[in-house]
Amino acid sequence: MDQPLIDVSNVSKTYSRGKMDVPVLQELNIQIEEGDFIALMGPSGSGKTTLLNLIGGLDKPSAGSVTIGGQRIDQLSQGELAKWRSKNVGFVFQFYNLLPVLTALKNVELPLLLTGFSRSERKKRALAALAVVGLADRAGHRPRELSGGQEQRVAIARALVSDPSLLVCDEPTGDLDRATADEILDLLQVLNREYGKTILMVTHDPKAADHASHCVYLDKGQLIQESPK
Amino acid sequence: MRYFGLIWAALYRKPVRSFLTLASLFVAFLLFGLLQSVSVAFSEGPDLDGVDRLIIAPKYSIIDQLPLNYSRQILQVKGVEVLSHQTWFGGTFRNGRSFFPRFPIQPETFMDIYPELVLPQDQRQAFINTRTGVIIGRSLAQKFNLKVGDKLPLTATIWENKDKGPWEFDLVGIYDIPGEEVSDAQLFINYNYFDEYRLRGTGLVGKFIVRIDNPDRAAEVALEIDTLFANSSNETKTSTEKAYNQMFANQVGDIGFIMTSILSAVFFTILLLTGNTMAQGIRERIPELAILKTLGFSNVSVLLIVMSESILMVLIGCVPGLFAASAILPGLAVSVSFLAGVEMSAFVFAQGMVLAVLLGLIVGTPPALRALRLNIVDALGEHQ
Repeated sequence: MDQPLIDVSNVSKTYSRGKMDVPVLQELNIQIEEGDFIALMGPSGSGKTTLLNLIGGLDKPSAGSVTIGGQRIDQLSQGELAKWRSKNVGFVFQFYNLLPVLTALKNVELPLLLTGFSRSERKKRALAALAVVGLADRAGHRPRELSGGQEQRVAIARALVSDPSLLVCDEPTGDLDRATADEILDLLQVLNREYGKTILMVTHDPKAADHASHCVYLDKGQLIQESPK
Repeated sequence: MRYFGLIWAALYRKPVRSFLTLASLFVAFLLFGLLQSVSVAFSEGPDLDGVDRLIIAPKYSIIDQLPLNYSRQILQVKGVEVLSHQTWFGGTFRNGRSFFPRFPIQPETFMDIYPELVLPQDQRQAFINTRTGVIIGRSLAQKFNLKVGDKLPLTATIWENKDKGPWEFDLVGIYDIPGEEVSDAQLFINYNYFDEYRLRGTGLVGKFIVRIDNPDRAAEVALEIDTLFANSSNETKTSTEKAYNQMFANQVGDIGFIMTSILSAVFFTILLLTGNTMAQGIRERIPELAILKTLGFSNVSVLLIVMSESILMVLIGCVPGLFAASAILPGLAVSVSFLAGVEMSAFVFAQGMVLAVLLGLIVGTPPALRALRLNIVDALGEHQ
């Protein structure tokens, strides 16, 4: 059997809040195959975003291991983790988190500043990523000149531009109306099916979860159910 | 350079705030350029220091005078080779808008003691022979577009002439001081004509200058000269030229201190203002910086980006400020007589640039350190 792309093994995560330790994840195990589109669901405070942060290399577990593509990322230093993220993971957030002073093109180009690509090559690749999300004609617009759905598309283009194998999406449709949310989810589905991206998406929305190939339910820091569609 | 677009774009985030900060920086560096240029000009080293030259000045005040007949006694002191003298003329030229030092001197002996002053032999001879003759340095001749043969009228401020009218001189020579980085912006007048034609003070000089045969005996000779005139109504204080000029430098050093104090106050205010702007700017951009880190920018990269923003902002205010100062100074020199000849040197410009980088580093350090220590999860969590 092939090794899973994501292997979270006996992971616990505890945050310190003042003098109190707050356990968020407890000895959690989950494996995700390459090419999966997983919807991570559960009530607020169940640890969804924490798990997403651990898998995306934004945080480190208090115990256990996180292996992505055969690499133990929980053992990497902060600098190594930053480099790893730039090559392996694309991030999509609920509030897009675009830089307001940069055009859509420049926002998408940001991850490529960390590569050795020339200026023209960066521009070419950023335009290609914008074309994938259907916004090539909006390359010169700043975020405030775009709709919410368009901003999220730019954020997805930014996540895609360095061609990572894994996309982690934290409530990507949480700030959008139903129709726009469906467009974004359709786009994620295309990226999963046609471009082979493995997608891990945190959502509260059962309709959003319908676009995923698997749903994973978390409650009180523990995996309570895995349901294939 | 790869991140330059990112750094540059940050200045546009709050255009009004950036403009106001840049305007303050512009004014601060304009002031720096003006005041520092004046300060440097006033604290520049003595013009011509000779190790074998002694200055014999009135003991108690530089505005006192010494009798010319002291020269006979001074020349008899063992070790004194040549004696000359110099007197402060004052006066105004062209409606008082242009200031430069003017001294009646005894041409032959003065030029013997100061071989640094080089002028053609015929002009030298003309200066010696022409009672109304004056010589000026080349920089002044160029500045006022003067040439040999021109009439040079000066209005008296200290020494009225017997006709109580303007002094009329003939420009007979233009001298250079080759190989020396000293000012040649002075005018020398033939003492004999000056002394005969002045209304009062005949037979007095401002100070004597002597060349001695052995610099190692300078202290001994100085003591002997001062002893000659001790307890007289015109006591003397003899010192080496370097020490004498240093005394002046110390006096104008006070001007430098005043200038430095003003600039310190200005830059302390700017430091607080710019520091606050930077801190506020970074505080507002915490989620953006967290995103940069999320995308894979290292902690050090983010620190350098913030630091570069700070330095860039200060430099953008600094460079036009310094250029404006250098453009304004010549105009000021025309309208304010004591600023004549003051220009902004490359040294002052370089000082301004170094100060700007230092200011940028100081105001950039706290927000840059904050950006360095920024935790992605916490920063994004606050934003979500």
